[in-house]
Amino acid sequence: MEETAILDALKERFPKGVLETSVPLGDATVVIRRDALLEIIPFLKEKPYEFAVLLDLTCVDYPERAERFEMVYHLFSLVTNKRLRIKLAVPESAAVVDSLVRFWKNADWLEREVFDMFGVRFAGHPNLRRLFMNDDFEGHPLRKDYPLRKRQPMIQLRK
Amino acid sequence: MQGNFITTRLNAMLGWGRKYSLFHYPYVTACCGMEYMSAACAHFDIDRFGAGWTRFSPRQSDLLLVIGTISQKQAPVLRTVYDQMTEPKWVIAFGACAVSGGIYDNYAVVQGVDQVIPVDILIPGCPPRPEMVLDGLLKLQDKIQKTKQDWRWKKQRS
Repeated sequence: MEETAILDALKERFPKGVLETSVPLGDATVVIRRDALLEIIPFLKEKPYEFAVLLDLTCVDYPERAERFEMVYHLFSLVTNKRLRIKLAVPESAAVVDSLVRFWKNADWLEREVFDMFGVRFAGHPNLRRLFMNDDFEGHPLRKDYPLRKRQPMIQLRK
Repeated sequence: MQGNFITTRLNAMLGWGRKYSLFHYPYVTACCGMEYMSAACAHFDIDRFGAGWTRFSPRQSDLLLVIGTISQKQAPVLRTVYDQMTEPKWVIAFGACAVSGGIYDNYAVVQGVDQVIPVDILIPGCPPRPEMVLDGLLKLQDKIQKTKQDWRWKKQRS
C-alpha cells in the first residue's frame, strides 16, 4: 500500500472532514476539521488500516495563526507497517478537543501533558489534571507567550 | 593555658578526622550519576581520600553530593534531605546543572542548588571528569581542615 492510499481513502470517506493532505518527506499527513476527529479515528482503527498504536500526541503553538494551536497525532499500523500524521487546528478562544482515551489508553497521559503545557482541554478525558507541573502552577509554560524567565519556585529560595 | 593548648590541637585533630571520614549521600537525579559511579568505583576510587562510604540515608551522612538537575518540584525534597543531615555537614554541587541549572535555563529548573541549600564546593562540567570530582573533594577536605570545628559539647559545658 502506498502512502497516498490511506490519504485517498480518507478524502473519499470524509470529504468534509479532511481539509488537506500531503506527504512531506514520505510521511502521510492529513489535516482535518476539529469536529471530525471522533468520526475519523474509528475508521482508522478498523480494518484494513488498523492503526492500533498511538505513537505520539502533542501540540504546537503558532501565535501568528488565527487558530493558534495545532494538535498533532502520530499513528502507526502494525498490520500494514504504515504511519499516519493527523493535524487539526484549535483556536485559543475554544481550546477544547475530543479526548482519545477511549481509543488508546496511552492518550491519557499524553493529553494531560498537552493540557499542562499548552492549556488545551480534552472533552471526555477521565482525569484532566496537570501531568508535569505542580497543581498550583500558573499558566502553561510551552505557550509562546509564557515569559521566558518567569520562575515559580515551590519554596522560598535563598537568593 | 592548658585548656588553650589542648583546644587548638583538638581542632586540628577533629578537622583531620572529619575530612578523612566523609560519609556521602549521593542525591542523583540525572546523567551525572553515571560519572559519580565512575568516580566512586574502583577505577578512580574515591575511597583513597577517605570518602568511600556511601550512605543511602541523609541521617547517616555528612557530605551531600547534589548530582544532576534539580527541578522546581524537587527543591522542597532537596531541602528536606539537607535538613535531615546531622551537623557538621557539607554540600558539593556536582555538574553544571547542580551548579547553575546548566543548559536548562527554563521554567522548570532551579538555577543552581545554592538557591535552595548552602553549597561548599561547586564542580562544573557536563559531566565533570572524575579527576575534577576528586579535585573538588580534596578542596573540600582542605576547607574542612582549615575550618574552626564546631565544638558543641564544649560550648554547652562552659
